Amino acid sequence: MEKVLTTHFANERYRRLDTYRQYGGYEALKKAFAMTPEAIIDEVKKANLRGRGGAGFPAGVKWGFLPKDLSRPRALVINADEGEPGTFKDRVIMTRGPHLLIEGIAISSFALRAHACWIYIRGEFVREAKILDEAVAEAYAAGFLGVNILGSGFDLDVTVHRGAGAYICGEETSLINSLEGKRGWPRLKPPFPASVGAFGMPTIVNNVETIADIPWIVTHGGDTFAALGVEKNGGTRLVGVSGPVNRPGVYELSAGANLKDVIYNVAGGMRDGKKLKAVIPGGSSTPVLRADEIDVTFDIESMAKIGTMSGTSGIIVIPEGTCMVRALSVLMNFYAHESCGQCTPCREGTGWLKKLVGRIEAGEGRQGDVELILDLCDNMMGRTICALADAAVMPAQSFIWKFREEFDRHIGEQKCPYGNRF
Amino acid sequence: MPTLTLNGMTVDVPPGTSILDAAKQVGVEIPHYCYHPKLSVAGNCRMCLVEIEKFPKLQTACSTVVNDGMVVRTDTEKVRKAVTGVLELMLIHHPIDCPICDQAGECGLQDYYMKFGLHKSRYALEDKVHKKKVQDIGGQVVLDAERCILCSRCVRFLAEVTGTRELDFFNRGDHSEISIFPGKPLDNNYTGNLADICPVGALTSKDFRFRCRVWLLKAFDSICTGCSKGCNVDAHFKGDILYRLKPRWNDAVNQAWMCDFGRLTYKEMNEARLLTPFVREEGARKVAAWGSLLPDVAFRLKATADKSGADRVAVIASPQSSNEELYLLRRLATELLGTKNLAFTHRVAGDGFADDFLIQADKNPNSRGAQLLGIPDGAVFDALVSKISAGGIDALLVFGNVLGALSEEETAALLANVPFVAQVGTNEGPVSKAATAVLPSASVAERGGTFTSHVGRVQRFRFGFPARGKAKNPVEILVSLGNRLGAGWSFAGEASVFRALAESEAPFAGMSYDSIGMLGQEIKT
Repeated sequence: MEKVLTTHFANERYRRLDTYRQYGGYEALKKAFAMTPEAIIDEVKKANLRGRGGAGFPAGVKWGFLPKDLSRPRALVINADEGEPGTFKDRVIMTRGPHLLIEGIAISSFALRAHACWIYIRGEFVREAKILDEAVAEAYAAGFLGVNILGSGFDLDVTVHRGAGAYICGEETSLINSLEGKRGWPRLKPPFPASVGAFGMPTIVNNVETIADIPWIVTHGGDTFAALGVEKNGGTRLVGVSGPVNRPGVYELSAGANLKDVIYNVAGGMRDGKKLKAVIPGGSSTPVLRADEIDVTFDIESMAKIGTMSGTSGIIVIPEGTCMVRALSVLMNFYAHESCGQCTPCREGTGWLKKLVGRIEAGEGRQGDVELILDLCDNMMGRTICALADAAVMPAQSFIWKFREEFDRHIGEQKCPYGNRF
Repeated sequence: MPTLTLNGMTVDVPPGTSILDAAKQVGVEIPHYCYHPKLSVAGNCRMCLVEIEKFPKLQTACSTVVNDGMVVRTDTEKVRKAVTGVLELMLIHHPIDCPICDQAGECGLQDYYMKFGLHKSRYALEDKVHKKKVQDIGGQVVLDAERCILCSRCVRFLAEVTGTRELDFFNRGDHSEISIFPGKPLDNNYTGNLADICPVGALTSKDFRFRCRVWLLKAFDSICTGCSKGCNVDAHFKGDILYRLKPRWNDAVNQAWMCDFGRLTYKEMNEARLLTPFVREEGARKVAAWGSLLPDVAFRLKATADKSGADRVAVIASPQSSNEELYLLRRLATELLGTKNLAFTHRVAGDGFADDFLIQADKNPNSRGAQLLGIPDGAVFDALVSKISAGGIDALLVFGNVLGALSEEETAALLANVPFVAQVGTNEGPVSKAATAVLPSASVAERGGTFTSHVGRVQRFRFGFPARGKAKNPVEILVSLGNRLGAGWSFAGEASVFRALAESEAPFAGMSYDSIGMLGQEIKT
């Protein structure tokens, strides 16, 4: 299958500008400058490019939300705050092919008529930020960024901004607040970033992979890109597989790949003869699937049909022998730790979930705790400014719905049947 | 105008109105904590969730603007469960120390628990997150982080109203708390408002702390006497003791705020009051009876004017007096005593601090009223003081507890030049320590009247409770003195005086207590 991003990722030198250019790098930018911004946006719309940050919003449609008038300067912000547990795909792009992102930024900014771009990179990504900084410096030196790029008259400044290590800053309005030097918590919407975003500018926030796809789309056309995927899900996706499989890692697959096939063929199947118990398909926030539910296409719509999400396509493989209560407890600790504390249901609810699941795992669960968790989930879901509460609720509900007997056994036996103790 | 259908009722509201405000107009209370009409919308407490037709999720009423044809329900099971659910979450870490909490009785958590909660706690007591209680963060407030529901009103007040940003959020999740930055206590003159806007007992007033349960207090409308701004206040009292002042909303004057200085002015009405009339004979105070003292004072003033000439009688007015009192006093001086020696001063001891928000340099509530009623300030006052120093005055009637910025010694030295000094005042002070006759006056809480603010806004202050001790309403004192000087006044109370004042004084023409109303009325310029 044709690859959009990873063709040359095996080449260590591909992160350098000269090697990138040997393989045709920045030709798409030249082509883009010969097009009108509207034509580029049309190609992106035709490409059926869905946002790769988790929500899967159509990129072309998002771009269309910018106000029509050009009286205010616009900004493009790249969300490189890859913090969703189980997700490690953007990291690969930034370390293996940073110029794909930078070229994508240049083209996208031109299409959006934005002259300022920030790459907001996760604080923990120290090495990745360094590589990205070097790549940005190379691009400036070669005239692919800065003033009058390639004689086009188009100016663009790109700044790599490191976050301070908060999951919530992956939410676009928190990210913008953090970028502006404020406490990183979500903004009440409206106004949406497309009208009031970074530093008050109309702003488009896109995921790293989304923007890295843009040069290929410009080179080959939106229709060609769309054809690589399935209906409504154009192109390829970087899929991360973690857990006890033979070949964990990041793979570039069609947006219409089969989930079971990804685990058993692409990732080489279960390691050491382990049996598959469950799969978290798209990062830790997405509802868990039982082993018998995974023979499905991995695209956004197909996953939605079975009540889960392809999310960030970070597939977490859970083998038999794993205590699902403990697994959920780990996740609940994460969300309680990362809740920004702004909205009451999330601030108090995530902490309560952590304590409830934790005490069930510890053998101190009480009768009615499972019902209490489900009721609490009901009081949190959809009740907050951003989706962090939902992100905590979705695994909690799905773990209980699909593995209820394990929770009941913990409470009934007043211990963890797997012997896992914190 | 957009039309909203709320629980089956329809209401037209101006464009841009939130569902929460629109609901108020039809008498539907949507519970909320973080929303405050004078602050930006935060939308983070999540109490005001409502069901809107065609919206899959519940929406916050505070942040959702009414669109034409919007159909909203607040009375569904879904909304009820959501509100109860949010309230439960607000309360899980709450210390429930209502018995020792000053907010009890006016607490948002108590009120909404009784209305929307009434649930049994499902949260394990040992799981409660404990935070620091009784934190002195500076200013007039004490912070109890455990009681805080993190609504962010205080943070927004300090960011948007004072611009000083001393408070912010620290930590995350259920360890989030409001605090000051290390070593940087509250540093502005409006900190008392934080206790007012805090919907729970997290920020309470240092001054009011543990002094009275709020349900024992009664309130009346008043005007702050701390400066010439004329901030509208609610005065809270029990018996004849004032316990606190809180800002009363008036968008034309103080919005919903008042300064820390003004907030403590009530103490003057409780402490060191003049309670009985007395005369000073050979340096010693001798209690007097109103029945004999009023005729005595009138006689001394009149006799001096008759014998030595009106030029040797003087009247010093006070910018702490009401328009009604100043009007009567001017007539008493000019018409009845026939003296031109009438003046007041707006000066007070201290630096006359002012800012560009509420605090005015003139620390009197009614200097403008005195000027409008024809009582001169400034040079005329200074000239009168010089005349007194030179021994040119034989009888003096003084209103007020102080003589401008003069110290106690200066006041005593000045008044020693006058054989007869009668004072009408509320508190012990430089004047009462030097006057020959002291006529104790009712405080602002104990009488009614109007003040004219620095911009010429005439505002009413109301009677709260009967005067302490034997103090009398100064209107009554003035009418009594006036009639003994031959005025033939039939005024009964300040309302009748104001009617006469409005008839004869051009700036106040056409005004009445009705037209002034609750929020005041600007004079014609």
